[in-house]
Amino acid sequence: MRVSCTVNGERLVADDVWAGESLLYVLRERLGLPGSKNACEQGECGSCTVVMDGVTVCACLVAAGQAQDRDIQTVEGLAATGAIEGAGLHGPGQGAGLHPVQQAFVEAGAVQCGFCTPGLIVQAASLLRAVPEPSDAEIREALAGNLCRCTGYEKILDAVRLAAARQAGQARRPGRDAGQGPR
Amino acid sequence: MEFLRPRSLAEAVETAHRYPDAVPIAGGTDVMVDMNFGRRRPPALLDLTRVPELAGWETADGLLRVGAGVTYATLITELGGLLPGLAMASRTVGSPQIRNRGTLGGNLGSASPAGDTLPVLLASGAVVQTASARGSRQIPAADFCTGVKQNALRPGELIAAVLLRPAPGPQQFCKVGTRNAMVIAVASFAVELDPARRRVGTGIGSAAPTPRRAPAAEEFLAGVLAGRGLWERPAELANAELDSADLDRFGELAAAAAAPIDDVRGTAAYRTHALAVMARRALRWAWHDYIDGYGG
Repeated sequence: MRVSCTVNGERLVADDVWAGESLLYVLRERLGLPGSKNACEQGECGSCTVVMDGVTVCACLVAAGQAQDRDIQTVEGLAATGAIEGAGLHGPGQGAGLHPVQQAFVEAGAVQCGFCTPGLIVQAASLLRAVPEPSDAEIREALAGNLCRCTGYEKILDAVRLAAARQAGQARRPGRDAGQGPR
Repeated sequence: MEFLRPRSLAEAVETAHRYPDAVPIAGGTDVMVDMNFGRRRPPALLDLTRVPELAGWETADGLLRVGAGVTYATLITELGGLLPGLAMASRTVGSPQIRNRGTLGGNLGSASPAGDTLPVLLASGAVVQTASARGSRQIPAADFCTGVKQNALRPGELIAAVLLRPAPGPQQFCKVGTRNAMVIAVASFAVELDPARRRVGTGIGSAAPTPRRAPAAEEFLAGVLAGRGLWERPAELANAELDSADLDRFGELAAAAAAPIDDVRGTAAYRTHALAVMARRALRWAWHDYIDGYGG
């Protein structure tokens, strides 16, 4: 069957889609968007997290046909949507056109092998859109479905706090937060 | 494999009639796992996410009609006041991503003994409304699950909605898992107090082939409350606390209603113990809710 949907603002069409395949497969294998990662295929790990019609979902659990005419945003399109005025990007990656959450992940050292990173970034960006200044409990709750086997999560929490602080216009000097241990 | 996309409940019913072997799919949180792992290859998937009649909830004649396609996220954000027990159970489901997709109807359709909302539906006496070419049926939630992952639906019959009263009193839900997030219940327990009807409702999850009530525990507690005059205005009573012995007995009777097994998530002995603890705890929470908010 043919599936067409809006992905990162662009109307895309995939042909010869099998009725039982997932949105994740369509994105990665048919539309050339491998940013969303394929790991558990059962909604446990969050590495395939994308935004569909405004809410985050595991793309591995959305049947391809269910995405017909839906609005999808993947990690590839995040930077284009997320420019926060006065967010003050600096440090490594500067000028690379990163979303503030991506920039915060770079600066906080929240990326090790990087496999879980796209899902975490999409989920964290979604959290900060809904709750601009989340508590630690809210951050942990929001990221509960995104597994990371490298970092131990502390740097990821640091990154979300950093992005939130910048978003709230309370940006601190670069490097300070990145070097701090668990709070 | 075909992908069927009805746009109305009438069309969904007609399609389900023509394709009785089609597997209904809503949030995909169970069906797509089976698809991804090659465990299921149905001749067709029947996508219910574009059926507007399933998507919302409404109140009519004092009864709530919650569409089968209502997600856990919606139960939490929109129905936490009217159906606190269901919202509590929904908060324990998976992750935010899963709660954004998974639906109440899907929880019933999968009919897992561990379905998180099911003990709450039993405790509150909910009724499942179905739709098929032969008409609509109303099945008590307590009779809906007929075995492990088996339900009372006939071929071509769909879950349309769940009918239930707004919480008539305090509701509580307890769940034990290996961690706090993303877990399938090792055991769960729901309780509801209905002061106007002098009724206690219970529901046990993950400790029998199907969710089930604990009638002996319900009758025991209703009798205790009636005997001590505690149903009436407990906030005005000098000693409105429940006796520790009565709490213990309620827990014992709740655990005795279960028929747990040893499996990868826990042993039967652990589940029995956990149920007694959870029943006691959930009742204490519900009772304090009653004293604080419902009694005056």
